Amino acid sequence: MAETAATLPQPLGSRTRVLAWLQRYGVYASVLALLLFNVAFTPHFLEVANFRTQLIQVAPVVITALGMALVIGTEGIDLSVGSVMALSSAMVVLYLGYGAPVAIAAALVAGALVGAGGGALVAYAGVQPIVATLALLVGVRGLANVLVPQLTEFRNPALITLGSRSVLGLPLVVVIAAALTAVVAFVVKRTIFGRQLVAVGGNRAAAKLSGLPVRRILVAVYVLSGLLAAVAGVLATARLQASDPTSLGLLMELSAITAVVVGGTPLTGGRVRVLGTVMGALLIQLLQATLIKHNLPQSWTQMVQAVIILAAVYAARGRKK
Amino acid sequence: MDNGSAPVLEARGISKGFPGVLALDGVSFRLGAGEVHALVGENGAGKSTFIKVLTGVHQPDRGELRLRGEPVTFGTPLEAQRAGISTVYQEVNLVPQMSVAHNLLLGREPRGRLGVIDVTGLHARAADLVAGLGLRLDVRRPLRSLGMGAQQMVALARAVSIDARVVVMDEPTSALEPREVDTLFGVIARLRDAGIAVVYVSHRLEELYRICDRVTVLRDGRVAHTGPLDELERVKLIALMLGRDATDVRLRGQTEFSGDHTAKNGQPVVEARALSRRHQLHDVSVRVRPGEVVGLGGLLGAGRSETAKAIAGALPFDGGAVVVAGHAVRKGSPGAAIRAGASLLPEDRKAEGIVPTMSVRDNIALAALPRLSRAGIVSEARLDRVVTTLMKRLRIKATSPHQMVSELSGGNQQKVLLARSLATGAKVLLLDEPTRGIDVGAKAEVQALIDELAAEGLGVLLISSDLEELVEGSDRVVVLRDGVVVGELSGAEVTEEAIMKAIAEGGGADG
Repeated sequence: MAETAATLPQPLGSRTRVLAWLQRYGVYASVLALLLFNVAFTPHFLEVANFRTQLIQVAPVVITALGMALVIGTEGIDLSVGSVMALSSAMVVLYLGYGAPVAIAAALVAGALVGAGGGALVAYAGVQPIVATLALLVGVRGLANVLVPQLTEFRNPALITLGSRSVLGLPLVVVIAAALTAVVAFVVKRTIFGRQLVAVGGNRAAAKLSGLPVRRILVAVYVLSGLLAAVAGVLATARLQASDPTSLGLLMELSAITAVVVGGTPLTGGRVRVLGTVMGALLIQLLQATLIKHNLPQSWTQMVQAVIILAAVYAARGRKK
Repeated sequence: MDNGSAPVLEARGISKGFPGVLALDGVSFRLGAGEVHALVGENGAGKSTFIKVLTGVHQPDRGELRLRGEPVTFGTPLEAQRAGISTVYQEVNLVPQMSVAHNLLLGREPRGRLGVIDVTGLHARAADLVAGLGLRLDVRRPLRSLGMGAQQMVALARAVSIDARVVVMDEPTSALEPREVDTLFGVIARLRDAGIAVVYVSHRLEELYRICDRVTVLRDGRVAHTGPLDELERVKLIALMLGRDATDVRLRGQTEFSGDHTAKNGQPVVEARALSRRHQLHDVSVRVRPGEVVGLGGLLGAGRSETAKAIAGALPFDGGAVVVAGHAVRKGSPGAAIRAGASLLPEDRKAEGIVPTMSVRDNIALAALPRLSRAGIVSEARLDRVVTTLMKRLRIKATSPHQMVSELSGGNQQKVLLARSLATGAKVLLLDEPTRGIDVGAKAEVQALIDELAAEGLGVLLISSDLEELVEGSDRVVVLRDGVVVGELSGAEVTEEAIMKAIAEGGGADG
């Protein structure tokens, strides 16, 4: 029994190794580089007010991107998140008469229901995730517009506090985003559900054979994505002090997907990088801020963003053989 | 027959390194015209790297290739193909939706006027090609409507039709059933007669001895032996591959099974009662007692995998019942079967077994997570204990439990899957081709493990296309044909001849 198959790991070429490193740590390096650049060249960058603004702006993206990362981990995608934000915003103003807690609960329930619908289509009806959630993207936005046809302002003090209050010097919105990040990271790393969802994305047939409740896992993942998008919608609404379902959360699905992909989670599923996702969102946010501060037009941001996405996808692709 | 002839293809002192590994170290190789040359070696011996050098996928660091005496270098697989070296891979890489004829002549279709494909000409030429290899099949049928074997023949016909002087076959029979293997060997014989040289890579010794003239054994990137095959005893060949003395290899058989287990009497640990499923299973009953290895014999498509899958809850059935450890198991639910104590090792390790994006540790724990958690939260300490114990017990070779499972050799991946089953606390293991596609050393280890586990009181249902493995490993063999149990052999009745007879006669031996 002496000599058997030596487990030779696939020899890594230097190119492959660089790409592997890039996929894993590229986003951290880029955020760091951008921060250093700004410290050196952008006036007033280190001021607290500036950081507050950046973080407040990025919070909703982070929260939706967390849900998106889970969905992408199962080899799916959720295009409905932006519309769910709009729907939750509409629910908030519709139920605000019963007080802020009821209104928020209604918004979250609506988000979870949309997620459950998408999840059921994917898990039980076998509809492709992109198609199922594209239908929801269109339909839910329409529903939100029907419920609240135009921009509606409100003066509920509890809700306004949610959007503007600070805890220990940090905006509440940012604290909530950080807390949710911690929760999602815990779910992915330490819970049965987290490991199972990764396995479903990595090899669905194997997951099924191993006795995992694949369908229930898929539904749960989409419910979580809907729920997180609804939270983002509520927070955005609270900050705006108004509900605007026609424009709230527009193109949010793209920002969320960008954050996830740039953060190193492969679109092919089987892996979820929670912290990377947050960093991905921060990177895009910082990039926009940097270019604006240096008086470059919006179109520049978009083009640079495109380059970053391509780089992230290339790093992910190049690693496979 | 070909010792005197000048080599068609010759490799001289080929070396090829990757960062940290010297995969090939001065390998020389001569291939004569009309010769079927076996290339064997364990995983990691350098077989696949060498094939890739021959076919232009890799470029050697040192040494040279000579084609009919002329030095050549292949920058790409296409250049090698143009020079007359074709490859047929394990997985057929053709276009399943297109017809056989289109696949055969893809990119070289006969054109009519206006550059339109001349369909009549296409079919005629394809039919000629197929007939030239002694095959009978309708070239107008879409490729995917053919069996795996026939698809492989088409791939082969295509390879040969590109004016090949050398055909490299990498595990061509791994997905074929015995009949198809016979056809393939017929085709290979024709190629040999036509003066085409074949490099034949396979784990199956039977096959090597049936069709190969010469053999080259690679070990640790070097040539361990090269010479005529019929002068080489099997035991010697295995010893060469493993790098052991021939005397070390047990002479009484090539498997590591010790023979019979003392099957404890009493309640069967799993019992399939009259399982039926349209077109696949008809009244199949199988029972396995603790400590017993029951083999399922039969040809591909006889319903062996289906029986195992039905018991494991992975395949719904129309009639019958599955009882595990005295409890009826809800059908079509792998989770319920696992909880009851029946765990399946799937036939297709890649597609249904390993989760490539996860570590060895997470793969082992996958099916047992509910047992290793409290309130939905995984207990890392318990998980580590289970994983370390199993890795040690099954001798899984990995740099650490956190190594990605996709980086392990096939044999170790298989052991990871076995560990996954054991982690669930299984009382009965349903093993579907547990040693297919893994190297000789790992195969022996897996066989020894099956023995050990049975000795410890587990029930084992063993499916294997390797008759020798089935005979030496099983206490009892249930033979299936076309979804029907056609015989049951036990004790001294379990022989290769008896199984083949049962398959051939169908319904004879039941006494």
